[in-house]
Amino acid sequence: MSTAWTRKDLLGLRDLTREEIELILKTAESFKEISTRPIKKVPTLRGRTVVNFFFEPSTRTRASFEIAEKRLSADTLNFSGSGSSVEKGETLLDTGKNIEALKVDLVVMRHPASGAPHRLARHIKPGIINAGDGTNEHPTQALLDMLTLKEKKGRIEGLHVAFVGDILHSRVARSNIWGLTKLGAKVTICGPRTLLPVEAQTLGVNVSTNLDEVIHDADAVTLLRIQLERQQEPFFPSVREYAKTFGINQERLKRAKKDLLIMHPGPINRGVELSDEVANGPHSVILDQVTNGIAVRMAVLYLLSGVIRKEKNEDVDPVAQYSGH
Amino acid sequence: MSILLRNIRAIDPKNKVDETLDCLIERGKISKLGKNLSAQATHTVEGKNLCLVPGLIDLHTHFREPGFEYKETIETGTRAALRGGFVACVSMPNTEPACDNQNVVAAILRRAADSQFNIFPCGTISKGRLGKEISEMAELKEAGCVAVSDDGNFVQNSLLMRHALEYASMFDFLVISHAIDEDLSRGASMNEGHMSTVLGLKGSPNAAEEIAVIRDIALAKLVKARLHIAHVSTEGAVKLIREAKADGVTVTAEATPHHFALTEDTLTDYDTNFKMNPPLRNAKDVKEIHKGLKDGTIDVIATDHAPHAAEEKDREFKEAPFGVIGLETALGAALTELYHKGVLTIEQVIWKMSLRPAELIGLKNFNEIKEGSAANLTVVSLDEEWEVRKADFLSLSKNSCFIGKKFKGKVKHTICNGKLYSYDKEGVLS
Repeated sequence: MSTAWTRKDLLGLRDLTREEIELILKTAESFKEISTRPIKKVPTLRGRTVVNFFFEPSTRTRASFEIAEKRLSADTLNFSGSGSSVEKGETLLDTGKNIEALKVDLVVMRHPASGAPHRLARHIKPGIINAGDGTNEHPTQALLDMLTLKEKKGRIEGLHVAFVGDILHSRVARSNIWGLTKLGAKVTICGPRTLLPVEAQTLGVNVSTNLDEVIHDADAVTLLRIQLERQQEPFFPSVREYAKTFGINQERLKRAKKDLLIMHPGPINRGVELSDEVANGPHSVILDQVTNGIAVRMAVLYLLSGVIRKEKNEDVDPVAQYSGH
Repeated sequence: MSILLRNIRAIDPKNKVDETLDCLIERGKISKLGKNLSAQATHTVEGKNLCLVPGLIDLHTHFREPGFEYKETIETGTRAALRGGFVACVSMPNTEPACDNQNVVAAILRRAADSQFNIFPCGTISKGRLGKEISEMAELKEAGCVAVSDDGNFVQNSLLMRHALEYASMFDFLVISHAIDEDLSRGASMNEGHMSTVLGLKGSPNAAEEIAVIRDIALAKLVKARLHIAHVSTEGAVKLIREAKADGVTVTAEATPHHFALTEDTLTDYDTNFKMNPPLRNAKDVKEIHKGLKDGTIDVIATDHAPHAAEEKDREFKEAPFGVIGLETALGAALTELYHKGVLTIEQVIWKMSLRPAELIGLKNFNEIKEGSAANLTVVSLDEEWEVRKADFLSLSKNSCFIGKKFKGKVKHTICNGKLYSYDKEGVLS
């Protein structure tokens, strides 16, 4: 592959080209093997400092990034703030400038406001990896979903991938829509009308409110978590009715293709979007997604650190090192 | 001080003037108007390639004083207004404390006098802009208010709005409605549509504005009172106002330069200088606003000049405050987007920025081109091109959505209360 990574930041898949997405996936494939070794560590990011800058509670994404950083031998620092910068009294920009002054190389950032990493990326030198911004994007989650699809199905082009649930507030769905449509997959979003973004067809996806129809034709379905804690608006009448209409159980699964993949970004509300048997059943690749998350995040950290090296004019070109894979 | 404007194209459609004249200003008034006046004056302005028009009046300015002097003061706002060609502004009442009593009105008028500027205060509709009790409007009138508004808040309670319209009509106040339904726009930071879906931001739908507009029109019709819809931004709202006018309802409306010049497509990069309320909409809305301006549905072009400090705007999009500055760019935007593109004639631009605002707040002989009128005039070059640059703003805040834009049409001199303010090529007071 001749595409070289040139971006300082990974803010979202909306900005990326098909070639850039394929480069990340290919790089991730080569990193996957490292996690199967007895000694799961390579010196790629030795001497680099990565800050995990989390302004929103996160267990799995942060753990996944931390493991990825440690397997690449980076020095890591966790920096978390509760709530927004406004509540803290310090602006996001000031906090960002402080982190920059610590002379770090990369910042992995999660923030409750859409566009927050974009804002910071314009103002500070370290590369920024968006680990979820508000209801905008969660690019590494979509990349690990795509890596899982590619592994299980051998391709992405031509697949029919459905997302079911709260699409309106889902950064996972949004990143997947950008990524999958660029790679030639057919994407359907499905959920109650109240939780589908307006004018979603303009993003090049199919829109449905009938899960039975969608599941019939899909190669993979990602169930999105219903954010019970965020129900401030009357989006649907009850969890009971939601589970009945948009949850997947064994019965509903009978309509699906034999090799349907069931995916979920976690954490699952068992009994709501997925019944217990389906979550544990043979269609589920939910835990493969978690494992692939490490490889994808290693790949992203590695590619972005390559840009730092180039800027600093170091002689080793780490991208070239891996071009043979 | 006297001023002589020589051989200048004077345009005042109200007084049916459009010819090259000399204009002599003495003791704050136009003392002589005619060809080849043989007068001497302290200052002489050669009018070659320039137009003399009735001074601009902004019906919608946030001066931020008292309370938010770090955003703008009446002094800095006056400098911005004069540079933008404005000779008078209606100050919005969302100050701290709110302009809901005579003390605040008096303070604003005192500061305006210090700056030798004409501010016509707008009081609140409800005490503290809380939407609960009607303000003491008799007192506001006596103190000098010309209008009332809870700008920034919609008066969500229909009964209160009904009584406010009735009560305000006793004082012939212009009742200005910030027509956006609160429930439908709660938590929104932009227009609801394609771009809000792309950016993952919560949007406010056109319906939020249209529901509020139709309610207020229904109330104005019911109680036969004057209603003015601020910052119209949607296709549907323009149509509702057009229909109401045809139906005889005493409703007037304004549109801002950002709503007639820009769409939500400018938002791609979460730039908070494009965050305002109502939000930037779509091309079909802009098109209908143009149509409404052209056919008279929209009476007035107003700025909704809303200064915010850099540290407030330079925040996460959903947390940054709404609003953009507009005094220094309004005429440039109107001439570029409306006059030069053939949407409005120069006479229509003058009606909407000078003459109609004067009528709506009951000003006579205030900014007209005729002998005896107060000397509140604007001198414009219709064809001079310039670029909007952040560093050039005189406003204390720089949150403009037009930075980097090229405009055709520029204010060269403003004559306010008979005093001449001249701006050189760089737009600096000379």
